[in-house]
Amino acid sequence: MSILVDDDTRVVVQGITGGEGNFHAEQMIEYGTNVVAGAVPGKGGQTTAGVPVYDTVEEAAIEENADASVIFVPPAFAGDAIFEALDAPLDLAVAITEGVPTQDMAKVNKRLSEVDTHLIGPNCPGIITPGESKLGILPGNIFSEGNVGLVSRSGTLTYQVVDSLTQRGIGQTTAVGIGGDPIIGTSFVDALELFEQDDETEAVVMCGEIGGEDEEEAAKFIGEHMDTPVAGFIAGRTAPPGKRMGHAGAIVSGSGTGTAESKIEALNDAGVPVGDTPEEVADNVESFL
Amino acid sequence: MKLHEYQAKEVFADAGIPVPESRLASSVEAVVEAVGEIGFPAAVKAQVHVGGRGKAGGIEIVTSEAEAREAAESILGMDLKGYTVERVLVEAGVDFVDELYVGVTMDRAAGEPVAMISTEGGVDIETVAEETPEAIAREQIDPAFGMHPYESRKVVYEAGVEQQFAGDVASILRTLFDLYEDSDASEIEVNPVMITSDDEVVAADAVMNIDDDALFRQPELAEMEEESFENDLERKASEYGFEGANYVRLSGDVGIIGNGAGLVMTTLDLVDYYGGTPANFLDIGGGAKAERVANALDMVFSDENVDSVVFNIFGGITRGDEVAKGINEALEQFDEIPKPVTVRLAGTRAEEGMEILNTDLVTVEKTLESAVQRAVADAAEVNE
Repeated sequence: MSILVDDDTRVVVQGITGGEGNFHAEQMIEYGTNVVAGAVPGKGGQTTAGVPVYDTVEEAAIEENADASVIFVPPAFAGDAIFEALDAPLDLAVAITEGVPTQDMAKVNKRLSEVDTHLIGPNCPGIITPGESKLGILPGNIFSEGNVGLVSRSGTLTYQVVDSLTQRGIGQTTAVGIGGDPIIGTSFVDALELFEQDDETEAVVMCGEIGGEDEEEAAKFIGEHMDTPVAGFIAGRTAPPGKRMGHAGAIVSGSGTGTAESKIEALNDAGVPVGDTPEEVADNVESFL
Repeated sequence: MKLHEYQAKEVFADAGIPVPESRLASSVEAVVEAVGEIGFPAAVKAQVHVGGRGKAGGIEIVTSEAEAREAAESILGMDLKGYTVERVLVEAGVDFVDELYVGVTMDRAAGEPVAMISTEGGVDIETVAEETPEAIAREQIDPAFGMHPYESRKVVYEAGVEQQFAGDVASILRTLFDLYEDSDASEIEVNPVMITSDDEVVAADAVMNIDDDALFRQPELAEMEEESFENDLERKASEYGFEGANYVRLSGDVGIIGNGAGLVMTTLDLVDYYGGTPANFLDIGGGAKAERVANALDMVFSDENVDSVVFNIFGGITRGDEVAKGINEALEQFDEIPKPVTVRLAGTRAEEGMEILNTDLVTVEKTLESAVQRAVADAAEVNE
C-alpha cells in the first residue's frame, strides 16, 4: 500500500517537450513510472521520451487512460496547466514549477475546493512510492521500500531525512514534497490524513518550516485524529523575522506568526517529538518501529 | 517588489483615488521650491523601503520655508534603518478629522484575498491586530469573482465608518481591490485614509507590494523597480543572480552555502545547535553549475564577518561532480584560501564529486552534522 501513487498510476507529463520535462520524463520511466503520454499544445502527434504527445490533457486522459499528471510548464502558463489537469479530470496533478504567481494559485485553490483532484505543489519535488512509481524530480536511488510515510515542504531536506532512514534500513511507503509556496494544493493535514488511512504506513515523518500556520493545523489534526506516530522536524529556527528564506512561503512575519518555536510547541503538545537534527528525526522514527 | 510611496500614489491617482498634491524632491533647494508651490502646512517624507518612517524621523510636518529647509537637510542623506534617503516626497498637509486603515492582502491560510478596514487608522495596524483584533473588519473575497460591490459596503459598515463617508470609503476599497488584482499585488495598504475637515476622503499614505513571480506580466510596474539594498553584499548577491530570498545576510561568522531552502535553513539551525553563529543564508538552487558554485563562494568570502564556510549539497537535480568542479575552480584561483571551507556532498554523483574535490584546499566531511561541527570549530579557532 501507499498513498496517491502506485504501480497502476498512469502518468501524462505536461510540458514533456521542454528540456526539464523531457529529462525528467526519461528519469521517471527509468525508475519504473508508468508514463503513458505527454501533453503540449501544438505538439500533438509527436513522440517524445518514447511516449505519444497530445495537444490536450483531456485527449491524453481519454486515449491513454492517464489518471495523473506531472507539470513541467513555465510559471506564466503553470496556473493554466493546473486548471487543465483539474478539468480533464485527473485524480492527481503534481506541479513542479517554481514561481507561479500567487493570484493564479488563489484561483486554482478555489477550483480545488470544487473538484476531487489532488494537487501536489507547486514548487515541489513531487511524490514517490519507492519501487513502484515516482512523479517529479526526486532522486529515486536514495529511497527504499518500507513502512514510513514522509511529508515535507522542502525537497533537499526530504532527501537528507530519507537518506538517514534508508541507511538505517528504514524504508518508505510514500514520500511527498508538498512545496514551499504560500498557497499549495495538498497540505500537511491532507497528506497526514492519507497516511493515517494507509494500513502499511506505521510511522510518519513531517518536515515543516517557518511561515504560515500549516504546521500548527497539522499538529491539531495529529492530536485529534491520528493513531500513527509522527516524528517532526522544523527548519528555520534561526531565521530573523521579516526575511524570506529561499521559499516564497518561508517567512516569519513582522508580528511574529510563523515562528519555529510556535510550530515546535504545537507539535510537542500533540505528542510529536521534534528532532533538533535530521539524525535525531531518524532516531525518533526508529523508536516508533 | 515594493513600490515607493510616491510611485504607489501615482498608481492610485491614475486609478481615480484622491491623493494629496505632492512633488518628488532630491535636493534641499527642490524641497524649498516644492513647498513654495504647494503651500503650508506640508509634509516632507523620506522615500525608502522601510516601515515606521515617522517614528524613525523620516517624516516631518513643516509650516514655513525655514522649517522645510531644516527638514530637508535633516532627512535627505539620513540613514533610515540601514537605507540612505536620497529623495523625499513633499506633500500638501491634510487637515483631518479622522483616520482609517484600508487594506487588501492575501489570507495565506484561506488561500483567498481579504479586504480590511479599521477606524483605528494612522497607527501600526499589526499592533491593532494584536491588541484589538475586533477593531479590524475583514471580508474574504472569492478570487474567482473578485469583489462584489456589496462586499465593499459590508466591510465598511462592519468597521463602523460614519454613514456620511461610507460610500466614498467603499469606492476606494473597490478601486484598491481592482488594483490588487490587475497589478498582481501581494499587498496594498493605505494607512491612513484621511477624512478631512472639508468632508473629503483622501489616501494620505500608500503601500503597494507586487508579487515578484508576476512581474513578467506587469511590465509597467516592473519598470518602476528601484532596487535598494541594505548592504553591498546584498547588491553583489543580486548581481550574481542570487536574487530575492536566495541570499540573506545575518550577523554570525559561519558562512553557509547549500541547495534547497529547507536544507539551507536546516544547516543554519545546525550551526546554531552546535554552538556557532550563522553568517548568512545562501541557496544556490537546483541544478547549479560550476560558475554558480564559484560565485557563491566569492559571495561568502566577501563577507568580512565570515571566519569559516560550510558547503552542503544534497543532489537531486544538482550533480555532486559539477559542484566539486566549481569548488576546485573557485579555490584554485587563490594563493591562500581566504577562509577554511568544509564540504559535504550527498545524492546524485556525490561519490564522483568527493573524488574530484582537492583536499589540499577543502576539508571533506561525510555527514551534514560533522561538516557543520567542523565549520563551527574552524570559526571558533579564528576567534581564539
